Amino acid sequence: MKINRAKAWTFGSDIDTDVIVPARYLVTDDEQELGRHCMEDIDPDFVNRISPGDIIVGKENFGCGSSREHAPIAIKGAGISGVIASSFARIFYRNSINIGLPIFVCPEAAEDISSGDIVSVDPVNGEIYNETKDRTYKTAPFPPFLQDLIEKGGLVPSVQEKMKGAR
Amino acid sequence: MGKTMVEAIIATHSKDRVETGNICQVKVDFAFANDITGPPSVNVFRKMGAQKVFDTQKCAILPDHFTPNRDIASAQQTKAAREFAREQGMLYWEVGRVGVEHAFLPEKGYILPGDIVLGADSHTCTGGALSALSSGVGSTDLAAVWATGESWLMVPQTIKVDFQGKRSKWITGKDMVLALLGKIGTQGARYKVLEFHGDAITDLPMDDRFTISNMAVETGGKAGIFVPDSTILEYAKERASRKFNPVYPDRDAVYEKMIEIDVTNMEPLVAAPHSPGNVHPAKDFSDTAIDQVFIGSCTNGRFRDIEMAAKILEGKKVHENVRCVVIPASYEVYNEAMEKGYLRIFSEAGASISTPTCGPCLGGHTGILAAGEKCVSTSNRNFVGRMGHTESELYLASPMVAAASAVTGRITDPRELEE
Repeated sequence: MKINRAKAWTFGSDIDTDVIVPARYLVTDDEQELGRHCMEDIDPDFVNRISPGDIIVGKENFGCGSSREHAPIAIKGAGISGVIASSFARIFYRNSINIGLPIFVCPEAAEDISSGDIVSVDPVNGEIYNETKDRTYKTAPFPPFLQDLIEKGGLVPSVQEKMKGAR
Repeated sequence: MGKTMVEAIIATHSKDRVETGNICQVKVDFAFANDITGPPSVNVFRKMGAQKVFDTQKCAILPDHFTPNRDIASAQQTKAAREFAREQGMLYWEVGRVGVEHAFLPEKGYILPGDIVLGADSHTCTGGALSALSSGVGSTDLAAVWATGESWLMVPQTIKVDFQGKRSKWITGKDMVLALLGKIGTQGARYKVLEFHGDAITDLPMDDRFTISNMAVETGGKAGIFVPDSTILEYAKERASRKFNPVYPDRDAVYEKMIEIDVTNMEPLVAAPHSPGNVHPAKDFSDTAIDQVFIGSCTNGRFRDIEMAAKILEGKKVHENVRCVVIPASYEVYNEAMEKGYLRIFSEAGASISTPTCGPCLGGHTGILAAGEKCVSTSNRNFVGRMGHTESELYLASPMVAAASAVTGRITDPRELEE
């Protein structure tokens, strides 16, 4: 989950999953294909301007709306290394953890980071470092249950383990 | 300390300590996906190494979004869902029998009081109208439920919503939930549950209650739950597919806060572009000309919705500049509307009537908007590009506002037609 020197792309509040990946593309769950349309309805040129490893910074209620897991998949497929936001909508939050898209809740970072800032995230120590502004922000830690789920690699390995035990 | 509805329901489904913020492993009573979210769930289910769904009568796929299939890609996707359902012997209903999932499942008695229901669709919260903890999840979470019959839920705080007063005949569940959205906004209940109380819901029909619970997710809520009463229990008993155990909140339940909404002098409302929280009286937009009206969806495609719209359109014509798209949300609704003559009213008024589907609500098909077009819709979201072009605009409203607007060709408070 560690993120090294990523370029930030900032967005506002209430970024909904319809603009993250419009419904017209929901005929596949292929990461690369969905990634081609990431953020298309809020910034049609987004995928052409980003580089692999860049980070998205949103404000309140990031990922609200539809439950489509295609939204975090599209962000991951576009090559984005993670999302920092003041807060996340609950289904998007669960989906991101489940598919292994690193997300960080940090209102201070979400307010302070500007587009183009170079940002690093150290999830173990819960720190976000803004190299451009030379400032450090503390992220909210995940509850222990989720920390454990993340360390196991998400929900799939965790259920795989359970399935093996059941046989 | 007393329990709220959601705490009481989790307690009957989990061995873990039910305390705000605690994560509980829960048994799930019903788990479903649709033609968009189902196929990714199938892929994840296989990746998990699962062989069989935990209970074929508690796991379902409903092809309702891009169906009857709009193109080859969606047909392929539905085919994958159908083949998995056949292989598993799980619940699956075909086009011509299925309805919009959140209208169809309660009708068929698969969502019942006291249940925990998880669906791979955000509007799964609709089931809260039947006093269930019914909530939306993603495809991976859903696949895990199909495999194990369980999931994890964080015990949320509850906001008590108290609807007070006496509604006029122009006020529907849609206006009530829009009023709530106008008051608390699109993240007023983020990670929380709404629990509905008050004398204004005592005589509120089931269909209006479904509308209110349906839009709980638009406030950021995990669920929007009604307390069991005779209306709910009678509906559930008539339709139940299995036994159920209603659960009630304790008298000394602890709520995060209480919100009061008086319906007595409420006016018909709309949510203007581009947020369900941007709520204003419909009459404030009476100069706004429109191109389309959509009456349908999991929010407002039930019998009472269709009936309210039909009564306004009876003997009138859809305005020459307007396309009016009517989509009953299930065949039960469709057939009843046919028997009562409502489909004829729509047809004679010059409206288009379609087979049950989510259709244009999420920009799927059967009524997509072009750049610059405006639509009054009875659905739940008016995000940028939701029903088509990013430069189109959606106004969310009740079936009465929608039908009145179809007649005049501009956004219309239905009381205007009476005057």
